[in-house]
Amino acid sequence: MTTPRLAVRDVAKSFTMHLRDGICLRVLDGVTFTVAPGECVVLGGPSGAGKSSILKIVYGNYAADAGAIVVDGGQGGLDLATATPRAVLAARHATIGYVSQFLRVVPRVAARDIVAEPLILRGIDRDEATDRAEALLARLNLPARLWSLPPATFSGGEQQRINVARGFIARYPLLLLDEPTASLDAANRAVVVDLIREAKTEGGSFLGIFHDEAVRDAVADRVIDVTHFTPATP
Amino acid sequence: MSDVPILVAEGVTKHYGARLGCRDVGFELWPGEVLAVVGESGSGKTTLLNCLSARLRPTTGSIRYRMRDGAMRDLYTLEEAERRRLMRTDWGFVHQNPADGLRMTVSAGANVGERLMALGERHYGHIRDTALSWLERVEVATDRIDDDPRGFSGGMRQRLQIARNLVTRPRLVFMDEPTGGLDVSVQARLLDLLRGLVGELGMAVVIVTHDLAVARLLSDRMLVMKDGRVVESGLTDRVLDDPHAPYTQLLVSSILQA
Amino acid sequence: MTAPAYNFAYLDEQTKRMIRRAILKAVAIPGYQVSFASREMPMPYGWGTGGVQVTAAVIGPDDVLKVIDQGADDTTNAVSIRAFFAKVADVATTTRTEEATIIQTRHRIPEAPLHEGQILVYQVPIPEPLRFLEPRETETRTLHALEEYGLVHVKLYEDIARHGHIATTYAYPVMVEGRYVMDPSPIPKFDNPKMDHSPALQLFGAGREKRIYAIPPYAQVVSLDFEDHPFEVQTFADPCALCGATGVYLDEVILDDRGGRMFVCSDTDYCEGRRGEAEA
Repeated sequence: MTTPRLAVRDVAKSFTMHLRDGICLRVLDGVTFTVAPGECVVLGGPSGAGKSSILKIVYGNYAADAGAIVVDGGQGGLDLATATPRAVLAARHATIGYVSQFLRVVPRVAARDIVAEPLILRGIDRDEATDRAEALLARLNLPARLWSLPPATFSGGEQQRINVARGFIARYPLLLLDEPTASLDAANRAVVVDLIREAKTEGGSFLGIFHDEAVRDAVADRVIDVTHFTPATP
Repeated sequence: MSDVPILVAEGVTKHYGARLGCRDVGFELWPGEVLAVVGESGSGKTTLLNCLSARLRPTTGSIRYRMRDGAMRDLYTLEEAERRRLMRTDWGFVHQNPADGLRMTVSAGANVGERLMALGERHYGHIRDTALSWLERVEVATDRIDDDPRGFSGGMRQRLQIARNLVTRPRLVFMDEPTGGLDVSVQARLLDLLRGLVGELGMAVVIVTHDLAVARLLSDRMLVMKDGRVVESGLTDRVLDDPHAPYTQLLVSSILQA
Repeated sequence: MTAPAYNFAYLDEQTKRMIRRAILKAVAIPGYQVSFASREMPMPYGWGTGGVQVTAAVIGPDDVLKVIDQGADDTTNAVSIRAFFAKVADVATTTRTEEATIIQTRHRIPEAPLHEGQILVYQVPIPEPLRFLEPRETETRTLHALEEYGLVHVKLYEDIARHGHIATTYAYPVMVEGRYVMDPSPIPKFDNPKMDHSPALQLFGAGREKRIYAIPPYAQVVSLDFEDHPFEVQTFADPCALCGATGVYLDEVILDDRGGRMFVCSDTDYCEGRRGEAEA
C-alpha cells in the first residue's frame, strides 16, 4: 500500500471561550481518515457537523487538541499537529493549498497577480507565472478585461473563480476545497470538475466540501460522514 | 528557504528601574519571514522592538543576529561601529512618525541616497537614478525628487521613509506602527505597498502594531504581548482564527469586522 | 617695548602651554578637532580670537608676522591684529608673504607658494563640517570617530540637485590624510588645492567653538566630490585689472553707481609685488 498523502488520526478539537466564563465547546473527537495520492475525499454531513473545522485543522488555521495530521507531499511525512509554525508555512508553500469559500481581497492587487502569486513565491519567472494565470482565468471564463483589475468590486462568482484559479495554479499535492463551486454557474462548475479530474490523474489529492451533489458525485472517490466524529455529549 | 535563523532572541527582559518593560521573550526569525508583535499600549512591544534593534540594551537575555558572513553575533557585544554599520546597511527601521526617520530639511532624493553615499557610492548620476527608481516603487511622483519632505503628506512621507530604508536592500527591517496616524485609505495603500515589497525583496521583518488587520495582512507569525510578556504566539491565521489565551480572545473579539 | 602690564604675547605661560599641547595633539591627528580652553581675548568673537590664541601660543620674539583678511593686509581686522602682536610681543611684522614666518589669515591662502618653516594660522568660525545637517555634537563626534561621512556627500548632492553643480564655493569640505573630514574655514574653494602637500604647517583656531585642528606639512588634503561632478576651482574670465595676473583669486570692486566695476587680485601683497616688478 502506498503512503497516504494525508493521514488524520484521532484528532480532537474544542474551543475554550474565556470571555464566556471559560465554557468549553467540544466540536470534534476521534477524527481519523486518510487521503491517498490521486484521491478526492469529500467530507459529508449536515452543516455545523464540523466539516469546515476539519479543513481548517488540516490547513493549520485551527490547532488540534490531540491526534496526528501527517501530510506527505513526497519529501517524507510531516505531522502538522506538532509542527513548528515555520514547518507549517513551508508545507503551505509546497504541499497544501486551500480554496476557501470567500476570497480574502487584497486591495489594489490585480486579479491575474493574485492568481500568479503562488507561482512567483516558488521562484517561477513572473512572465511565465502571469501567462499561466491568464490561461487558467480564461479557462474559467473570466473576461480578459477583468484580469488587470483588483477583484474587490467583482461579483461573488467572479471572485470565486479567482480563488479557484489561485488554488489550482500551483498544483499542490493536497488541495483543500471549501465549497469551491457554491457561486458558480453550470458551465464553470463543469470547468472545476475537469480541473479536479485532471489533477487527480497527475496524482493530486483533494479533501473537499461540496454541497452541490452533482459536482460531488462527479469528483468524489469517497465520502466521509463527519457526524461519526461528533463528540458524545457529556 | 534558509535553514538558519537570521535573528534569535532568548530570555529578553528589560526593567526600567522597578518597572517591567518586557520579560523573558524568546523567538527565532528566519530570512523572508514577517513577525508581528501585537498588543496594546504599554504591553512592552515597543520596548521589545528597541531591544531587538540594538537601540536598548536588555537587562538580561541575549539577541543574536546572523551577519552576512554567516556568523551569529550577540548584538550587544558588537563594536559600536559594527552595530551602526548594521543599522544603516543590513537593517532598516521604519518609525511611526516619518519625521523621526527622515531628514526633513534635505530633498527626497538625498533622503533616499544617503545610505548609498554612506556606503561609499560616489557617482551622483547613479545615486539619482537609484533614488528615482525607488520613488517610483513607493509611488512618490518622481518630479518631487528635489523637494524636501516638509511639503509631503503623511502617506508620502511614510513611503519616502520606506524607500530610504530599503535602498540598501536590508536583510532585516523593524517597523514600529508603520501605518499608525494615517487615514484609513492611505493605510490600505501603504500596507499593500509593504506587502508587495516584503514579498519581492524577501527580507525578514519584525513589525510592531496594535492593529490586527495589519498583522493579518503582512505577517506570517505573531507574538501577542500583555504586561510585558508574550501570552500567545504562532502562525498569524492560527492565532487570529483560533485564539487560545484569554487576552488574545479579547483582542480578536474587540475588532470591528469590516 | 613690551608694555610691562602684558605677559609676552598677551597670554600667560600656562595658557600658552595648554594651547601648545592642543596644537601638538592636532598635528599628531591631522584634521581632528581638539578641544581647548579658549580664553577671553581683548576683541569680540568673530574677530579672530581663535587664530589670535594659536598665534600667541606659537609666536616667538624672532618671528615675523603677517596678517591678512580676505587676502588684504590693510583691512581693519588685519591691521588691528598685526598691531596687537606688535604691541604685546614686540615682533616684526610684514606684508610680504615670503618674509613672514607666521601668517594669520581670514578667508584666504596667499597666492605666493609657502615654504618650509612657515606657519599659516586660520581663523575659524564653525569648525564642524557636519554641523549643517547634524546639530548634535555628541553625534558629530561619533560620526568622526567611526568615519561615517555620508552626510558630507548628502550636502554636496543637495548642491547638485538644486543648482546643477556643486555650488559650495567656500568652506568646501576636505578629507585630511584619508581619515578626518575637515572644514578648511571660509576660504574660497579656489584655495583648497594649496592646502594639499603644503610645505607649511597649517593651524586652525576657533575661539568661540573652542577647537584647534591642524594639517602638518606635506599632508594629503583632498576636496570631496562625486565621480561625475569632480571638484573644480573657480576660474576668472579676465586677468587682474591692476597687475594682469591670471590663475589667481580675484575680488570684484565696484567703481561707481552706474555699473562700473573691475576685478583685481584679492591678495594685495601678491598684486603689489607684481606691479613693483613691472615698474622695475
